[in-house]
Amino acid sequence: MTLVLIGLNHKTAPVALREKLAALAPEPALAYQQLREIKEIQEALFYATCNRVEILFASSDPEPAIPQVKHLLVAQGEQADADAIHQALYVYREGEAVNHLFQVACGLDSMVMGEPQVLGQIKAAYRQGTTQQATGPLLNRLLHKTFSVAKKVRSETGIGGLAVSISYAAVELARKIFGSLSDKTGLLIGAGEMAELAVEHLKRHGVARLIVANRTLERGLELAGRFGGEAVALAELPEQLLKADIVISSTGAPELILTKDQVKGVMRRRKQRPLFLIDIAVPRDLDPAINDLDNVYLYNIDDLQGVIQANLHHRQEEAVKAQRIIDVETQKFLQWRETLAVTPTIVALVDKAKQICQNELKRTLPQLGPLTPEQQKALEVLAESIALKLLHDPFLYLKRNHHPKRRSQDIDLTRRLFNLDVDRNEDLA
Amino acid sequence: MDVWLLSLALASYGVATFIWLGYVWFQKETLYLAGGWTIALGWLGHTLALLVETVATGFFPVGSFSAACSLFSWTLTTAFLILNWRYPVKVLGVLAAPMAALLLSGSLLLPRPPEIAPILQSFWLTFHIAAALLGNATFALAFLGGILYLVQERQLKAKKFGFFYRRLPSLETLDALNYYCINIGFILLTIAIISGSLYAQYVLGSFWQWDPKETMTLIAWLFYAGLLHERLVKGWRGRRAALMAITGFLVLMVTFVGADFWQRSYHRFDTLGRLP
Repeated sequence: MTLVLIGLNHKTAPVALREKLAALAPEPALAYQQLREIKEIQEALFYATCNRVEILFASSDPEPAIPQVKHLLVAQGEQADADAIHQALYVYREGEAVNHLFQVACGLDSMVMGEPQVLGQIKAAYRQGTTQQATGPLLNRLLHKTFSVAKKVRSETGIGGLAVSISYAAVELARKIFGSLSDKTGLLIGAGEMAELAVEHLKRHGVARLIVANRTLERGLELAGRFGGEAVALAELPEQLLKADIVISSTGAPELILTKDQVKGVMRRRKQRPLFLIDIAVPRDLDPAINDLDNVYLYNIDDLQGVIQANLHHRQEEAVKAQRIIDVETQKFLQWRETLAVTPTIVALVDKAKQICQNELKRTLPQLGPLTPEQQKALEVLAESIALKLLHDPFLYLKRNHHPKRRSQDIDLTRRLFNLDVDRNEDLA
Repeated sequence: MDVWLLSLALASYGVATFIWLGYVWFQKETLYLAGGWTIALGWLGHTLALLVETVATGFFPVGSFSAACSLFSWTLTTAFLILNWRYPVKVLGVLAAPMAALLLSGSLLLPRPPEIAPILQSFWLTFHIAAALLGNATFALAFLGGILYLVQERQLKAKKFGFFYRRLPSLETLDALNYYCINIGFILLTIAIISGSLYAQYVLGSFWQWDPKETMTLIAWLFYAGLLHERLVKGWRGRRAALMAITGFLVLMVTFVGADFWQRSYHRFDTLGRLP
């Protein structure tokens, strides 16, 4: 069985392309239906988050399966996008696939490093996968491992704190400007992961109204729906600025979307009611000179990090720490998987049986009084042959040529029945 | 008796200052409450002292610079206590308490005229002075709030978050304080000007004499009127409103103290009651 991960993310594909593939997400049953039709695949997991669409599968014969899965993904887009999607897809096998999944779950692969939402999304996708009965022992094991790695990374490095603390700092600053947020309106320009996170925080801290201005109205509507807000087109921005108090901008636009003069005009019409602007886009959406205006407070992502005194250096350090944990855990997982092969399991069982015989003989022989070497030898042979005869049928069963998915299940069960992986039990706990 | 009570008030304001400094430093709610009650205790002593003096002399003590300082201190604590009760801006006490203490100690150091000119023994004049000083007190709170606003705004704009960032209230709270105080102060100042000019008409036969104090008060009044108008029409708020509250109060203080330097002003405290 080989693990393969195929997908595309924000590093390889533009938003427009990702959006088309993400359309698969609302219909997981359909996606799994299509995956099931590929015979070579024994286990599969499909997930789509804002910034990535990936399919992870285990196959005993991966090479013919890979083009079929690619085709499945390409077929989601329009004909014109086929080449672009092909270009954007990456394929990871085995260790790389495991490592990548861990990175995604820990937020290392996210636009805002360490953001916690992606873990929740993968958990939800895994739940769907299990209800679709698409996952098997290998992926189940891998996903459980993934969740425990993500937990470990979160608790042992500061990486998770960063994204949370950025939106925490945004809320904190808004409080210092506005006092209570209960009669304030938040305006979201663009709808990335980080913006969502910040909005979630604002919402939780009682912002009265939310407006989402997005380039594509559809995505805006979706996000607005989720937070009980209102979606508007990007062209209405100056009008919407009259209503908003807290603005979070995170579009992927290469040029500025608000200039100082625009905001100056808005402030006059607002009668100078304070405006708090947060620019988390890279490159920047908002003209830095806007901060010179009275009653306007403009913060970009670095300023917010200044608030929490976490600089880029610190971030990278945490990322390195997280990566180290991920690498170690990947190795552990691969080691565990080795054991899923039949032969090592049989060897381990024989070893265990022989060990038990040795131990029991050592305890019993002294009580039998003086024995000749022949007698002692006969006893040893007796004990071992009882043990091995007892194991003979299980061995035959394991060696029989089962369906691969079934076989790994059986091996997994055998290893658990005979407690062959002592460290594993603590892992699952 | 009244000196004893005034000393008690002064001591309370002084102690309250230190309690409030402790509050700013340690951010303990109990210190804030203790500070409020200490000022209230001082205010009680101060009120009793004013009553005792009123009963002893037969008239409300307004007739000297010393008395005016004491009354100003009293109106400041009164306004502060009302504000603290209705619209608490918790750190404000750290500026209000020492200011009250300073004014009161000034009053105790300054000489007091042994007797009060009979012309000052009028209800209208008392009313005029009380309204003016209450107005001064609310403008003083706007001034102190303005200072806090500028400090906090500086930190938010410069994105440097120092000692005060956590300890000062939000900009909107401070701006609202500015708005309330200037509104109320403006009404009181208007009342003071009207009552004063009516009284002047009654004793001097003229509503307005272009006395330096009158002129300067008029300037301050126009200044505040402009601020309030522009706030409604153009939304002059925030930093600009804070700067104007500070400037306006400084003009008022020059008016309060400065009239004594004009020889011809009949508002001079040392010759108060000697009409031109």
